[in-house]
Amino acid sequence: MKLGRREFIKLSATATAVTAFAGLGMNLQPTTAKAQLLKIHWAKETTSICCYCSVGCGVLVHTDKSSTGRCINIEGDPDHPINEGALCAKGAALYQVAENENRITKVLYRAPYTDKYVEAPWGWALQRIAEKVKEARDETFVQQNANGQVVNRTDGIAHVGSAEIENEENWYLQAMQRAMGLVYIEHQARI
Amino acid sequence: MTNHYNDLMNSDCILMMGANPAECHPISFKWVMKAKGKGGKILSVDPRYTRSSSKADLYVPMRSGTDIAILGGMIKYIMDNNLYFEEYVKNYTNASFLVNPDYDFDPEKGLFSGFQKESEADFAVFGSYDRDTWTFQMDDDGIPKKDPTLQDPNCVYQLMKKHFERYTLDRVSETSGSPKDKLEEFYKMYSETGAPDKAGTIMYAMGWTQHTVGAQIIRTMAMIQLLLGNVGMAGGGVNALRGTSNVQGSTDQALLFHIIPAYMPTPRANLPTLDDYNATTPTTNDPKSANWWQNRPKYIASLLKAMYPDADPKDSYNWMPKLDEGQNASWLVLFDHMHQGKFKGFFAWGMNPAASGANASKTREALSKLDWMVSVNVFDNETASFWKGPDVDPGRVKTEVFVLPPAVFCEKEGSVSNSGRWIQWRYQGPKPPGQCVRDGDIMLELFSRVRALYEKDGGVFPEPILNLNQKDIAKEGKQFPERFDVQKVAKLMSGYDVNTGKQVANFTQLKDDGSTACGNWLHSGAWTEDGNMMARRDKDQTDMQANIGLFPNWSFAWPVNRRVLYNRASVDQDGQPYAPDKAVIKWDGDKWVGDVPDGGWPPSERHPFIMRPEGFGQFFGPGMADGPFPEHYESMECPFEEQPFSKQLHSPTALFFEEELEKHAVCDPRHPFVGTSYRVCEHWQTGIMTRWVPWLLETMPQNIAEIDPELGRLREIKSGDRVIVENLRGQIECIAIVTPRLQPLKTMGQTLHQVGTTWHFGWVHPKDGGDSANLLTPSVGDPNTFIPETKTFMVNIRKK
Repeated sequence: MKLGRREFIKLSATATAVTAFAGLGMNLQPTTAKAQLLKIHWAKETTSICCYCSVGCGVLVHTDKSSTGRCINIEGDPDHPINEGALCAKGAALYQVAENENRITKVLYRAPYTDKYVEAPWGWALQRIAEKVKEARDETFVQQNANGQVVNRTDGIAHVGSAEIENEENWYLQAMQRAMGLVYIEHQARI
Repeated sequence: MTNHYNDLMNSDCILMMGANPAECHPISFKWVMKAKGKGGKILSVDPRYTRSSSKADLYVPMRSGTDIAILGGMIKYIMDNNLYFEEYVKNYTNASFLVNPDYDFDPEKGLFSGFQKESEADFAVFGSYDRDTWTFQMDDDGIPKKDPTLQDPNCVYQLMKKHFERYTLDRVSETSGSPKDKLEEFYKMYSETGAPDKAGTIMYAMGWTQHTVGAQIIRTMAMIQLLLGNVGMAGGGVNALRGTSNVQGSTDQALLFHIIPAYMPTPRANLPTLDDYNATTPTTNDPKSANWWQNRPKYIASLLKAMYPDADPKDSYNWMPKLDEGQNASWLVLFDHMHQGKFKGFFAWGMNPAASGANASKTREALSKLDWMVSVNVFDNETASFWKGPDVDPGRVKTEVFVLPPAVFCEKEGSVSNSGRWIQWRYQGPKPPGQCVRDGDIMLELFSRVRALYEKDGGVFPEPILNLNQKDIAKEGKQFPERFDVQKVAKLMSGYDVNTGKQVANFTQLKDDGSTACGNWLHSGAWTEDGNMMARRDKDQTDMQANIGLFPNWSFAWPVNRRVLYNRASVDQDGQPYAPDKAVIKWDGDKWVGDVPDGGWPPSERHPFIMRPEGFGQFFGPGMADGPFPEHYESMECPFEEQPFSKQLHSPTALFFEEELEKHAVCDPRHPFVGTSYRVCEHWQTGIMTRWVPWLLETMPQNIAEIDPELGRLREIKSGDRVIVENLRGQIECIAIVTPRLQPLKTMGQTLHQVGTTWHFGWVHPKDGGDSANLLTPSVGDPNTFIPETKTFMVNIRKK
């Protein structure tokens, strides 16, 4: 049997686990083997890039194909030329970013002068923001500056972000904010 | 980065200064250690003995903020001992250029010619420079005059030598607190990379950018790299380790006030038409200068066509919002204006400015002056929930807040760019949970609703809103939240011919007449007729490429898949590599082999620094706001009233807000310690994600303050004690770590202590974790980049 690098790593990890637990008087080999199968047979494997620093480490994401559709594991991509399968402490804990009970999973709204968030539907929230944008834009739009030069800009809305979203989203984000006339556009790169 | 992460292994000497890669970019260290394994030397210069320092061949302690003094001393050392790479300096840099005889630097005042004073403080004057004298002498053809012998007293080389004469070992050591013998050893070890076949590199990060002299610190190092002939080489270059997974990409996409995508300047009010804008395109009279920016009219026309496909670029240029001439809308100014109540609405998209920006309490107050705010973030944070923060009465805060839940990185498809300019493709794993939606769909749906309002009700200047590209953004027949078409946007960014619909091969096919659309000329070639180049996972390479770990078929690197920038400087006039054992490119008689060269012209037909109008590396940098040469000034908050280089204590052109000056501590006995901020391996930025990750929070559960043992005795603080770190802007509670990793420094005849803390925590979560170091940092910034000075500030520390 010819072993590729990944298969070899898999087997050696199993061997280590068996040795480490040998003193406990139980054989973990079947459990470990089953855990490995779960990942391969019942999960979709996709490649991604870590969301933290700018080294750009490759990761393998395993998603449950059977029931939950959720992420069950994220690990370093052994084929990736930069990290060669390794990850730092943050990278090793990546799956907890996706699978985290503290994630915001609903639209939240805080009305003026109130002391709590209430849940809101997407449609209502986006419509209200759109109306607020139009109102602020129409009120604060400057067609000519003090020198009489044409500037066509919205002085009453500012934007920051984001170094945490994809290039394609960022490109559209700048296009949309500039189409709305914003010039106060900044993000992480400035700080 | 001019180079990329794998390339670090090719270095003969790696300097880590203003960065702590072992903890903040841990996987980069894999390649640092490979260099060390091959005999490369590792140097660490840092206020604190870090985990990076622990692997270094030499560690030099320093006082935070004195980098220019230390590096200026190295320039003097290299010049005094003739250790520079003479052929490189003469052929590839502006060392031989003759400077305007009216240019001057007054070493006593610490000011360059052209200074226009606007205000005065106790120890410094402030103002701006009229840069009329920072120019070169031109010959009859309009090309800079040169003295190839480098002897003319007005040539850049001689002026530079004179400028750095004052950076003596004694003066540098007195300023930085670094021992003289360590400095000398440092200079000697690094200067050895001046040999033609050796390459030294610099790994820096926010330890350099976050100073009022930040851009000049980096310039000083770039000058050292040019003197030693290290730019363009494998294992060389100037390498910024950037902070965030796609901060390179978000910079390339220009989520910044001063640029539009791919580094073109934002249109200004004094350039009302596209022709006016194009009239500012950089020019050269030197036929040997590529002056790549001469192509800018093609890139702006193609960008406008990408944004507004149905309009002539000459018309759609009018739809681009314009800044006033000289207007600064950068971060600190933005939040200052918000604090003054000048904005109605605000978007904080994937950001937590209430913890990440300098002078965080000012930012938090500013948010309460808004009518409405939209926060898009994965977890609750100090920005979204500012209205219920410490000492805030929600009943008095008017701001209407919308919190929108996005997908996380592994739940969506698209590209991100690392510091080495590799644009890498992500695929979707799980679908977003609950009501979470990918950011692109939030944008698209929001903008579609704004557009619908303008269609229905009309409004002020509706044209840009009604005409913004939709066909290349949205999937046909799909509805929110599955409408954003990331692949189509990627194709638009790479560019296509609007008549044939075919993808362009690269940016050389872009046109200035509106017949091509390209959202970002640096992305051009990332998605061609052959498909998505960013998604490539092919590790095939030639032996020459494999020798330096180039991986040209893995992902796509901008520009045109070039992996090492300015690589034409790595070869001699015949195209033969200066370092044959780690050649980047080589002329084989009729073509270049190796990396994609900086232009395909035969050897010596073009000067190598193709992005500069003259084509040369710049020792004399007339484009800087604060001087054509770097000069040491103290941080805006510092422990002294004077400094040994000149009478000017601070950068004369620093960005600051007059009304906040009284809160700046200069030689203030109430705040006698130098504060600095940094990160730990287990957390990331404001901790907005990592504070909520149980494994990481358990390993690093609260904010820390590190001090040296002598200061511990002085303040009766032991490791594990709860302490308060404070200054006139705020205070934070931390757990003390008393550690010999920090040592008191003898500087300017005083014993100085430094206090280090992190900006990973905030009041939202965890409950007893402490708050952000940015409650202590001042709203002052670099005059070139406007990046706030969050790396050096004055504090007191006491036991709680």
